[in-house]
Amino acid sequence: MSDTTAVIEVKDLVKDYKLGQVPVHVLKGISFEIQRGDFVSIMGPSGSGKSTLMNILGCLDKPTSGSYRLDGISVGELNRDQLAEIRNKKIGFVFQQFNLLARTSATENVELPLMYTDTPASERRERAMKALFAVGLAGREDHQPSQLSGGQQQRVAIARSLVNNPKIILADEPTGALDSRTSIEIMAIFQRLNREDGITMIVVTHDPDVATYSNRNIHFKDGKLQLDERVAQPRDAKRDLEQLPAEKPEEVIAA
Amino acid sequence: MNKILASVRIALRALKVNRTRSALTMLGIIIGVAAVIAMVGVGAGATARIQDQIQSIGANLIMVLPGSISSNGVRLGSGGVSSLTEDDAKAIAKECPSVAAVAPTVRGSVQVVNGNSNWATSAQGVTPDYMTIRDYSMMSGEFFTTQDVDAAAKVAVLGQTVAQNLFGDSDPTGQVVIIKNVPFTVSGVLTPKGQSPSGQDQDDVILLPLSTAKRKVIGGNKANAKSVNALMVQSAGPQTMDQAQQELTTLLRERHRIQPGEDDDFSVRNLAEVFAAQETSAQVMSILLGAIASVSLIVGGIGIMNIMLVSVTERTREIGLRQAVGAKTRDILSQFLVEAVTLSLLGGIIGIVLGLTTSVLISHFANWSTQVSLTSVLMAFVFSALVGVFFGYYPARKAAYMDPIEALRYE
Ligand SMILES: Nc1ncnc2c1ncn2[C@@H]1O[C@H](COP(=O)(O)OP(=O)(O)OP(=O)(O)O)[C@@H](O)[C@H]1O
Ligand SMILES: [Mg+2]
Repeated sequence: MSDTTAVIEVKDLVKDYKLGQVPVHVLKGISFEIQRGDFVSIMGPSGSGKSTLMNILGCLDKPTSGSYRLDGISVGELNRDQLAEIRNKKIGFVFQQFNLLARTSATENVELPLMYTDTPASERRERAMKALFAVGLAGREDHQPSQLSGGQQQRVAIARSLVNNPKIILADEPTGALDSRTSIEIMAIFQRLNREDGITMIVVTHDPDVATYSNRNIHFKDGKLQLDERVAQPRDAKRDLEQLPAEKPEEVIAA
Repeated sequence: MNKILASVRIALRALKVNRTRSALTMLGIIIGVAAVIAMVGVGAGATARIQDQIQSIGANLIMVLPGSISSNGVRLGSGGVSSLTEDDAKAIAKECPSVAAVAPTVRGSVQVVNGNSNWATSAQGVTPDYMTIRDYSMMSGEFFTTQDVDAAAKVAVLGQTVAQNLFGDSDPTGQVVIIKNVPFTVSGVLTPKGQSPSGQDQDDVILLPLSTAKRKVIGGNKANAKSVNALMVQSAGPQTMDQAQQELTTLLRERHRIQPGEDDDFSVRNLAEVFAAQETSAQVMSILLGAIASVSLIVGGIGIMNIMLVSVTERTREIGLRQAVGAKTRDILSQFLVEAVTLSLLGGIIGIVLGLTTSVLISHFANWSTQVSLTSVLMAFVFSALVGVFFGYYPARKAAYMDPIEALRYE
C-alpha cells in the first residue's frame, strides 16, 4: 500500500447538491490528512456537512470535485462494485440508528460483512463470536436486536464494523441515541480498538464530552474546516467508567 | 453451491416473516401450475383414449356405404335401394390389389330372448372375414364359418353386453337364443372392445351369418336379394389406404355404370381419418386449456413482481446496510432473484402436487382417464422457475441499483 502514514488524504473536496436549479454547496473545498492510528472527532453545527463528508470518506458517495485517497487508493476512479469492495475490506460503519437486521441473531448480524467475502461459514461464525466477545457481548450471540438494549445493539453494530479487520471505523453520531453512561462505554470500546488494534477512528458527535476521548478535534462550519486541533491528553473512557457508580455491574467492559 | 443454499435460507426466512402474504402470492402460481398439470393430464388421457378406440375399430379400415354424401347430406341410390351388393364385395376382394379383405354387412334392430330375459340390440349379418377386419377375438366359443354362411346356419356370436344381459355371468356358448321366433345356437362370445370413438358400446351387438340374417331376421331387399348395408374393407397396410380407396372407387363406379361427371352412388369413409379429426380436436382442447392455465401463471408472476416490489421498498434500509458493508450489485440482485424464484418454485412444487392430486381425483371420480407425463411436470417446474426469474428481475434490479446513502436514510 502507501508508504506514507496518512490513511486518509483529502484535497479540495467539494460537494454540491442540486435542488431544482439552485446548487447547494455543502462542502466548500476541504483538505486534510488523517494518520494511521488517529482517533479523530468531528464536531460542528447541524447542517454543516459532517454526514456528507463521512459518506464520502466511507466511499458511499462521490465528491463533486477534489481528490480522496484511502489507504493509498485513489477512490475517485472506482466504480460501484469496486467501492463496495473497498467498504467491505477497509471500512467499518457505526450508525446513530444501529441499523441491525431485525429478527436476525447478533451473530448473524455481525457476520453480515463476511457474507460478501469468500470466508467459509465456520470461520465466519468464529470471527463473529470473537468480535462479539471483544465488545463484551459474549453470551448474547443468539439474541435478536429486539431483545437487546440500545447500548447492546450499538455494541453489536460495533462488532459488525470490526469483524472484517478494517483500516478505519467511521461512526456518525454513534452515541446520539444513548445515555451518557452508555456513551462512555461505547467510547471505551472505541479507545481500546484504537489503541490495541490500531484501527483509525473517525467519530462525528454533537456531544463535547464524547469528543474529549479523541486525540484530534476537527470543527466544521458551513462546509469548511474551522478548527483542527490535537489533544495532548485525551481522557480515558475506561478510567472514567470505573469512577462512575457501577449501575449495571454485568456490563463491565471485557478488556 | 453453498452460497446458493445460504441465499435460499435467507430467502425462506424473509418469506416466513410475511407468511400470509407469501402464501397468497404463491397462490397464483399454485393455481396456474396445478391447472396446467391437470389440464395437460386430462388432454393426454383423452387423446390416448381416442387412440385406443381407433385401435378397437380395427386397423386400416375403410367403410363403403350406399348413397353419396353431397353437400345436401346423404342421398340414397335410385328408389332408396341400397346400391351395394355381396357381388360388389366379392369383386373388390378379387380385383383390388391393395385390399386385404372385404366384409359385406347388413344391420337391423332386434329383440333377443333367452327364457325370461330379453334384450334389444343391433344384429349384424356378416361373414367370417368381419372378425379379422374388425380385429375381434373370442372370449369363449368360436366364430361361425364360411360353411355356416353358405348353409344359412342358425348360429350367433354375442357381444359381451348382450351375453351379460341375457345370461348373466354364465357362459352362453352352446345355449340357444330366440330372435323373431327363430332359435339360434350361440357359437361364441366376443372379447369386449369397449366404447367406440363416437361413444357407442361396441359390445352391444349380436353377429349372425349374412345369409341367415337376411332371410330370417333383418329381411332381405325385395328388389335385390344380394344388397347389403355396408362393406367393411381392410387395406393391405396403412400406406395403401389411399390406393385401396381409389381402386375400389374406380371399380364400384365401373360396376354401377356411373358416367364420368356423375356423382358416386356410394360413399367411402376412411375411419382413421374421421377419428383422427376427433383426436386433433381433443389436442386443440388441451392446448386451449393449457393456454388459459399459462395465463394464470403469468398473472401469478405479476403477483410475485408486485410483492417483490413491496418487499424491496420495505427493506430499503436493509439494502442500504448490505451495500454499506460490501454487497455488490450482483449480491443484492441475486438475493432478491433467489427470493422471487424461491417463491415461484415453492408455488410451482405445491402446484405440481395439487395438479397430480387433481388428475388422480378426476380419473377416479369422473371416470375419465388422465395421463400426467413426466415432461409436463418438469415443464411446470422449469416454467415456474422462469416465472420467478422473469418477474423477479425488475424488482431485484431496482434493489441492486439503489443509492446506498438514500437507502440507508430511508424512513
Ligand atoms: N441528498 C441531498 N440533497 C440535497 N441536499 C442535501 C442532501 N443531503 C444533504 N443535503 C444538505 O447538505 C447539508 C449538510 O447535510 P449533512 O447531513 O452533511 O449535515 P450534518 O452536518 O451531518 O448535520 P447533522 O449534525 O444535523 O447531522 C444540509 O443542508 C442538507 O440539507
Ligand atoms: Mg449528520
